[in-house]
Amino acid sequence: MDCIIIDDESTAREIIKQLCSNQENINIVREFADAISAIKFLNENNIDLIFLDIHMPDFNGIDFIKTLKNPPQLILTTSDPNFAASAFEFDFIIDYLLKPIDMTRFQNAIARAENRLLIKPKDNTREKIFENQEKYLYVNINKGLKKINLNDILFIEAKGDYIIIVKEKERTIVHSSLKKILEVLPDIAFIQVHRSYIININHIVDIKDNGVNVVKNIIPIGRQYKSKLFQQLNLL
Amino acid sequence: MTPNLKYIEQISFGDIEFQKKIINTIKKEFPIEKEQYQENFKSKNYARLAMDVHKIKHKINIFGLNKSYEIAAEYETNLKNNSTTLSAEFDFILKTITSFLEKI
Repeated sequence: MDCIIIDDESTAREIIKQLCSNQENINIVREFADAISAIKFLNENNIDLIFLDIHMPDFNGIDFIKTLKNPPQLILTTSDPNFAASAFEFDFIIDYLLKPIDMTRFQNAIARAENRLLIKPKDNTREKIFENQEKYLYVNINKGLKKINLNDILFIEAKGDYIIIVKEKERTIVHSSLKKILEVLPDIAFIQVHRSYIININHIVDIKDNGVNVVKNIIPIGRQYKSKLFQQLNLL
Repeated sequence: MTPNLKYIEQISFGDIEFQKKIINTIKKEFPIEKEQYQENFKSKNYARLAMDVHKIKHKINIFGLNKSYEIAAEYETNLKNNSTTLSAEFDFILKTITSFLEKI
């Protein structure tokens, strides 16, 4: 992964470089002491991951994030433990690390970044990834990340600015949209059947009229989604 | 509490060059941050002061000064509320780190 570091504190940059030096597949391309210089760089270069300090004078990390048109993955670094909640307002922020950065937390964050990189395939390997590697989704909830087993998801319902991830015995409400979650779900298993619903086709019990029975939950099928659903089913 | 180098040693994975490098970086950076803090203190620029303390907090933690870190965090909050309560305690932390850096 090609990475950059943005932090006005040189000590912090040295520490991140050191932690990266002990990770495979991480290439620190550049480091920046201010966010504005990084914007210029990002306009001309593609990178996979940014380590971003939030608290910087004049133009802070949040200001920087808002300028990103096509954001890569981002790991926030901060000395403020209260910052976690706002950090996860952006779905491309995959983790936040408290300074001084703990080695294990760092390794976990990198693993998450690598996973995400795999699940956003540049070719059509999404299905293989689902089968072989990525079986979980991490969602931002209660100031932290919650791990959800993709196989357990029955369906996902949109409700305003939120989505409800429904499992047999649990419902998880997340500030996100169906469009965003669809981007990271493996399309071999998940399909949108209505403007407000994505279902896991592995849990379909039957389909009658214009509704899909997903373990006793009748999900409406929108007219525009019907043909795609039937294309994906293993019909006799 | 006495500052220590445990964290630096831990992330160095035995790399002495890195240990030297990071200590030199802190030796260069900390006095600048301290001076900036002191200047902003004189001018009562509370927003900048809170930023200064925030940055110094990281180094307090690097040196394993957990209790001092808590004081600094509380002081940062005070500064955000335009209060300098705990400034004396924070000055003492700065002195502790300064003398530690002179020794290593």
